[in-house]
Amino acid sequence: MSDAPLSFQGLILKLHDYWSRQGCMILQPYDVEVGAGTLSPMTVIRTLGPKPWKVAYVQPSRRPADGRYGENPNRLHQHHQYQVILKPNPPNLQELYLGSLEAIGIDPLLHDIRFVEDDWENPTVGAWGLGWEVWCDGMEITQYTYFQQVGGLDVFPVAGELTYGLERLSLYLQNKDSVYDLQFNDEFKYGDVYLANEQQFSAFELEVANVDVLKTQFEEMESEVRRIVGSKGRQGQPLVLPAYDHVLKASHLFNIMDARGAIAVAERQSYIGRIRDLCKLCAEAWVESQGANA
Amino acid sequence: MPQLLIELFSEEIPARMQANAARDLERLAREKLAAEGLLPEALKTFAGARRLTLVAEGLPEAQKDRHEELKGPKVGAPPQALEGFLRKTGLTQDQLTERAGVYFAHVHKAGRPTPAIVAEMVEQIVRTFPWPKSMVSGTSKLRWVRPLRRITCVFGGQVVPFEIDGIPSGNTVEGHRFMGDRQPFEVKDFDTYADGLEKRCVVLDVEARKDRIVDAAKTLAFARNLELVEDQGLLDEVAGLVEWPVPVLGDMDPAFLDLPPEVIRTSMRVHQRYFAVRDPKTGKLAPHFLTVANIQAKDGGEIIAKGNAKVLSARLSDARFFWNEDRKTRLEERLEKLKGVTFHAKLGSMYERVERIVALAGELAPLVGADRDRAVQAARLAKADLVSGLVGEFPELQGVMGGYYAEAEGLDPAVVEAIRSHYRPQGPSDAVPTDKVAATVALADKLDTLTSFFSIGEKPTGSRDPFALRRAALGVIRIVLETRTRLPLKRFVSGEVLDFFADRLAVLLREQGRRHDLVAAVFALGDDDLVRIVAKVEALDAFLKTEDGANLLAGYKRAVNILRAEEKKGPLPAGEPTQMGGAPVEEQALVAAVGALDGVLDELIDSEDFAQAMAELAKLRGPVDAFFDKVLVNSDNPAERDNRLRLLARVRDAMGRVADFSQVTG
Repeated sequence: MSDAPLSFQGLILKLHDYWSRQGCMILQPYDVEVGAGTLSPMTVIRTLGPKPWKVAYVQPSRRPADGRYGENPNRLHQHHQYQVILKPNPPNLQELYLGSLEAIGIDPLLHDIRFVEDDWENPTVGAWGLGWEVWCDGMEITQYTYFQQVGGLDVFPVAGELTYGLERLSLYLQNKDSVYDLQFNDEFKYGDVYLANEQQFSAFELEVANVDVLKTQFEEMESEVRRIVGSKGRQGQPLVLPAYDHVLKASHLFNIMDARGAIAVAERQSYIGRIRDLCKLCAEAWVESQGANA
Repeated sequence: MPQLLIELFSEEIPARMQANAARDLERLAREKLAAEGLLPEALKTFAGARRLTLVAEGLPEAQKDRHEELKGPKVGAPPQALEGFLRKTGLTQDQLTERAGVYFAHVHKAGRPTPAIVAEMVEQIVRTFPWPKSMVSGTSKLRWVRPLRRITCVFGGQVVPFEIDGIPSGNTVEGHRFMGDRQPFEVKDFDTYADGLEKRCVVLDVEARKDRIVDAAKTLAFARNLELVEDQGLLDEVAGLVEWPVPVLGDMDPAFLDLPPEVIRTSMRVHQRYFAVRDPKTGKLAPHFLTVANIQAKDGGEIIAKGNAKVLSARLSDARFFWNEDRKTRLEERLEKLKGVTFHAKLGSMYERVERIVALAGELAPLVGADRDRAVQAARLAKADLVSGLVGEFPELQGVMGGYYAEAEGLDPAVVEAIRSHYRPQGPSDAVPTDKVAATVALADKLDTLTSFFSIGEKPTGSRDPFALRRAALGVIRIVLETRTRLPLKRFVSGEVLDFFADRLAVLLREQGRRHDLVAAVFALGDDDLVRIVAKVEALDAFLKTEDGANLLAGYKRAVNILRAEEKKGPLPAGEPTQMGGAPVEEQALVAAVGALDGVLDELIDSEDFAQAMAELAKLRGPVDAFFDKVLVNSDNPAERDNRLRLLARVRDAMGRVADFSQVTG
């Protein structure tokens, strides 16, 4: 490792620099709440269809059930994922990935880097792929996946997805125990930015959120998705992207209801199934319109 | 004779698939080579994190030439048939021979060179390899477990040239991902291959990797006056994760030792793939762990040990959070939450399941000899830990954690033990709960599982048994037998489930060397007391191994055959046989012998002295043999015939009280 450990933003900048040099477009975070970088339309929607796609972006990821009022050193209602998508995945994606670790100062002759089986799936978006959890000295730092299906449709050419957990990685690089102690840059700490968010959103998502309102909103989003995806744009295309935003909103509403303990285990599957169906509608409409444009 | 070396080099293969992959590779290669008439002197395969390897020694350079005689159409068959045959064989009509009115073609097939066959074989293997899950990558449609990167194929020192979906075969090989020189190297045979890999930090043979892990781990532990907690399953997995295994001993904050040892071990094993170490003097877990790294780190592993220790601390902190939180809620208070936990879509909630188990436990307790109140209390609380934080994190600790929480609440020790062990036995090598309250709850748990799933038509078929019903039935049987519980099974199960129990018992007894047909013979009597059934089977087994037993069985079969044949002609005479004046002595002797069993046999069966009951039956053997030897059943005198048939029926019925001998083969 270099002398001074990378700050939180230094880590992001290094990754931006590295993946930019590999030909990725550096996108801005998506502006609808998502539970993971994968759910951004820049991954879920854009990995479908025949066209190449190369992007890297940071995605704030909200997991209401993981909120701990800012009292737990590494459980957060919102963490940050660094997401890289290369479609088609180049044959040397593993080497490129390992290059990114060296770029952020992880020397593979000092640290134990391991590829441990992990068959990734996200039932709410009907997606799955094969790959690994990448471990660095026993810590999972990246989810590495070759996407096989999204929205129940085959992803071909295959997209390679790399998802780095930025807080974890940063804790490791800075040798800290609490995310709030991470140097965001030389002057500010992570806690200066996000502690208030954690405290307030944990209380909101675990105690204050109005379940009846959430339920109504969920149902509204659900019917909106169907209405929007059935509507046509000026060029005759289905309005997949706005429809998908509403899927994300429904998904986030579900996550808050879940965090509030308002979803019985028996209901869970049915909610997840409803979101998956919406997602599938969008995926199919996207692929169809891509086929028409191609 | 030349050697064949094949390596299929890919990105990291899941550890759990490697052993099967090595076996499948060997099987597929052997099948193909055998089908082509190429028999190697030896063939061996290897599997590791990034490669499958095959080496075959002593293959011929080429197939032998083959002569085949092909049968054609009959002479005089329609001309199209003959034309077709000539096309197929590539011959002309004058090259055919005729034999018994049929055309034959003699075809000479030149043996093909082995490399051509090997090229075909590798392609076939790659395209049909039975990975449990496979994938495509990039723009290629070639399926493999993870992207296939390189194919090495060398026969007699030469590359066997071919290409599979853009991957050409070659003679180069890569070493360790980080510790090799990152440059592929050339191989000409297995020795240069294995040596080259070893030099570039790859241990090819999984057994060698395991040996290194265990040796180095024991040495590290010994140096610190510790002892490795061996774990075969974990060793198998770890040996598949690394190409160059280097165990590293790390420290754990001793403050975590106040957590239950099961929690520490599960966290180490499941989350981190660490081995635990213990203090050899006390046998208790020591505040250290052993991880197996894939590199010989430049700093001797110091950073690796520290990094892993940090991760373990975070894991155990999480576990401690749950452990502390969980103990703030009494198990009783968790029951309500079970209403929200679906047991199975068609079987309602976990709460409803608990209600059923409670009812069963109440009914079972007196039969097992357990205190009813304690059994009911334990049954009520047995599933409450499913909604605790730690079990959410580590589902495999269900029961165990419930036991700890019950203990922390100060519940009765028998209740604690029952909650802890009611899932047992969880496999053939797992012990049975023998404490009465625990045995009661364990039985209730399994009986509910069986009747519930059978009631919705979810029964095991072939190798599919997703709800582990076979294990549940076997668990019931083992608990009943080991606690010698007199359980009238029919009060609890019926129909298909009862038959399922009979099958499972038969399987269990067969594994113990008992005959399958004897179980069927005893079950046919409709008994449902497993302890009694097994006692009978054992007595019967012993009896049939004696000469008297075997002969009596033959006599029984003969009697039954006669009775069956006569039954077809008309109803058998009713009533008891009598001592008819003038009957042959053999008949009189048998009448007396059967009569002597009256009362005696019933009494022995009632007192479950089956060995003695068999001994009594054995007394029939002499008279039965003599009877069949000297007496003709089908006498011309109807009175004689009827009496003899009545006598045979008596013999059959007497024996039938012990078992249905007609189900016994032999």
